[in-house]
Amino acid sequence: MRIVHIAAAALMLTALAGCAAGDLVVVLPHEDGSVGGVSVTKGARQVLLDKPLAATKTGGGLDAFTIETAEVDKRFSDALAAQPVAPRSYSLYFEEGSTRLHAGSKAVLQEILADVARRPSAEITVIGHTDRIGKVPDNDALSRRRAAAVVDFLVTNGVKRDIMSVAGRGEREPIVPTPDETEEPRNRRAEISVR
Amino acid sequence: MANRNSSVLGCVAAIAVLLGQVAWAADPIGTVKTLGGAATITREGAAIPATLGMSVFQADTIATAAGGRIGITFVDNSTMSLGPNASLSLDTFRFDSTTYEGQFQTTLKQGTLAAVSGRIAKQTPEAMTVRTPSAILGVRGTKFVVQAGGG
Repeated sequence: MRIVHIAAAALMLTALAGCAAGDLVVVLPHEDGSVGGVSVTKGARQVLLDKPLAATKTGGGLDAFTIETAEVDKRFSDALAAQPVAPRSYSLYFEEGSTRLHAGSKAVLQEILADVARRPSAEITVIGHTDRIGKVPDNDALSRRRAAAVVDFLVTNGVKRDIMSVAGRGEREPIVPTPDETEEPRNRRAEISVR
Repeated sequence: MANRNSSVLGCVAAIAVLLGQVAWAADPIGTVKTLGGAATITREGAAIPATLGMSVFQADTIATAAGGRIGITFVDNSTMSLGPNASLSLDTFRFDSTTYEGQFQTTLKQGTLAAVSGRIAKQTPEAMTVRTPSAILGVRGTKFVVQAGGG
């Protein structure tokens, strides 16, 4: 009789341990300041972690708590150390109807070169844009020439062409929406994403 | 957009641009950017040793050995990295680089994961999910860490 009790207790402990086994989720401060957060759902229960260092253990009641930074470092130092350099975006601006860069954008080109050099296995996306002066097909072509001008500059400065993807979006994606045939210097640009 | 013909041409070009931007299943979805110790990428049943600059694809499983770690940057600018003895499968990845719409579903089977969400989660909150052995995470845009079996 006693042996049966012990066996039953052992079974119950095993079952409890099984229920308690869960996962740890922690939201961290984000460099860009955004705190969209993470929802954690287990069965019918859900918790939203939307503050830096908000955490939950799914093996418990899914309650949110604030975790110590030291505890995060202890558990996650390897995973965090392996985080790639955060992707970064740049904008270069052009003179009207041309592939000539604005004077102020030349320094940005140097920043891009320095950024590419510090990333292992860097990849670059270059997308050209225009304002709405001129016809759509002409602006498609101009936006592609702007992107190509940026690519040529980077290649001339030692960046490999095969790490770049290039596109022109013409006047379709303005930063500042305008009526047709309107000048808008902020839309005459190339967007360069380095990752 | 001066006449009807050019606006029709514009539409055709727009559709061509859109078609060109959708990532197909055969396209790489990310690149190995950091590596320490031993890590493997399992693709169609075969485990390949991971190297810096290697492409990863939908349905790959990323795994690290004891002392291993790996970091990947995805084409939507999200980043994920694993600590030692970890395993992460890249279940679904769809991304439209024009609209930024997409879906990114992963499963952390074991170990630790650090992640920063990218354009998919920013465009569509909770379109990025991480399944753990006990729960499912819906990412609304943030940096976060997960430890399978850690709580």
